[in-house]
Amino acid sequence: MGEIADAFWIAFNLLLSFDKELYSIIGLSLKVSLSAVAISCALGFTIGAGLSVYRFPGHRLIIIILNALMGLPPVVVGLIVYLILSRSGPLGVLGLLYTPTAMIIAQVMLITPLVAALSIQMLEELHLEYDEFFRSLRLTNFAKMKTLLWDGRRGLVTVGLAGFGRAISEVGAVMIVGGNINHLTRIMTTAIALETSKGTLALALALGIILIGFSLAVNAAVMLLRSNSKGQRYA
Amino acid sequence: MLDKTSEHSLQLPDPVRFRDVSLTINRQELIANINCTLEHTGVSVVMGPNGAGKSLFLRLLAGLLKPTSGTITGSYINAKPGTTSSLSMVFQDPVLLRRTAHANIAYVLHQQKCPEEQLAEKVGNALKTARLERQRETPARRLSGGEQQRLALARALVVRPAILLLDEATASLDPASTHIVEGMAADAAATGTKIIFVTHDVRQAKRVGDDILFIHEGRLLTHKSIHDFFRDPGSKEAQAYLDGRVPE
Ligand SMILES: Nc1ncnc2c1ncn2[C@@H]1O[C@H](COP(=O)(O)OP(=O)(O)OP(=O)(O)O)[C@@H](O)[C@H]1O
Ligand SMILES: [Mg+2]
Repeated sequence: MGEIADAFWIAFNLLLSFDKELYSIIGLSLKVSLSAVAISCALGFTIGAGLSVYRFPGHRLIIIILNALMGLPPVVVGLIVYLILSRSGPLGVLGLLYTPTAMIIAQVMLITPLVAALSIQMLEELHLEYDEFFRSLRLTNFAKMKTLLWDGRRGLVTVGLAGFGRAISEVGAVMIVGGNINHLTRIMTTAIALETSKGTLALALALGIILIGFSLAVNAAVMLLRSNSKGQRYA
Repeated sequence: MLDKTSEHSLQLPDPVRFRDVSLTINRQELIANINCTLEHTGVSVVMGPNGAGKSLFLRLLAGLLKPTSGTITGSYINAKPGTTSSLSMVFQDPVLLRRTAHANIAYVLHQQKCPEEQLAEKVGNALKTARLERQRETPARRLSGGEQQRLALARALVVRPAILLLDEATASLDPASTHIVEGMAADAAATGTKIIFVTHDVRQAKRVGDDILFIHEGRLLTHKSIHDFFRDPGSKEAQAYLDGRVPE
């Protein structure tokens, strides 16, 4: 019990002391995960809308694969990205290993299937509702996709948040491809892992509390934006 | 009344023609060998008992279903949206976008590349004729059933279609809304839009219709002028339908 109280105290002090190192870790965490979420949403929403509208052989199979990829263990994703980016790997020449970019790539691979699979579920239902209207208007598939994405935006925001939640809390993949290098690729989760292994549990827990706090703050900010954007009225 | 605008009459669309049209789903023949020609103006009423195939008939006409055999022709069939030979349909359960009433109408105009400066005026007029000005910013799906029907109709008409399909558009409306809807349909008909009007209301059929198609168990039993039909329904099924009896 004392440890938890200590942790809160340390977390509080760390935040207020404007510890440079802490803030650079928080900043990098947010930068990596927000970039990954942005890219994953661009990819995942497009895949989701496309698979809702287009029908082709293998359609079902792709959805099954995406659903399976949703549960991919982060360390495996990390390993794959590591192999691709390592010096002898196919993209080794880019020299991306142990950079924030590598971490973004790993997180994108991790959460794009999640974002895509959840988007399909949502947009397919919406498409079913709109289908005959769309066809009576002789819309192109592209126009259908645009409409689905727009009218489904409220649900898609939630999907994006789910992706963010998975990205910011993930440790296995970024540890492998980022290397947890101080001042360079250290983020909240890898710092927590490090402090835990060093036995400085109170500091680890303090970082955990801050991580949860930031996660909550991002969620709250998006929710607030959403309810202010008249979104409520389009239920 | 005659030729209020000549927009459609410049280029008369081919009449809708069904030739030996059948539709079979799951081995059930839901539409059986329908042959008919619909004039390219006026209001054709479609009547028939529940489950007769009226909605399927409209879906075939709209190209939403492909006949199992037979052909359907008409110049609207391959028409691009926004051309004067386009088709609009109001479904039995109106399909409205998850947007405001205003945005629902703007949407179809947008899809047919209506110039931005005309858009506001057209949407405004459409809302006015549907008596939905007060509801302009209301999400379409929060409107009452009758308001939704009026909105769906206003949205269908705003593109000035060559053909308008109405599937029981007044089934759940109060007399005032019914009057508005019939008025909107009559105005469209007067300016050259062909209307196919599915209804169960005999008096309404007499009010709005020029000719009538009576469908029973997927078959087109009768196609004659309204006047002739109500003098002689032409089949015992139609007579039973009009009398409110179950045919023996
Ligand atoms: N997709 C489908 N699969 C199987 N049966 C269908 C399908 N669509 C319609 N049916 C059947 O075809 C018949 C005709 O349906 P339709 O909706 O055209 O009836 P309707 O004349 O419009 O009736 P109502 O007056 O109740 O609206 C019904 O028995 C219905 O169950
Ligand atoms: Mg019907």
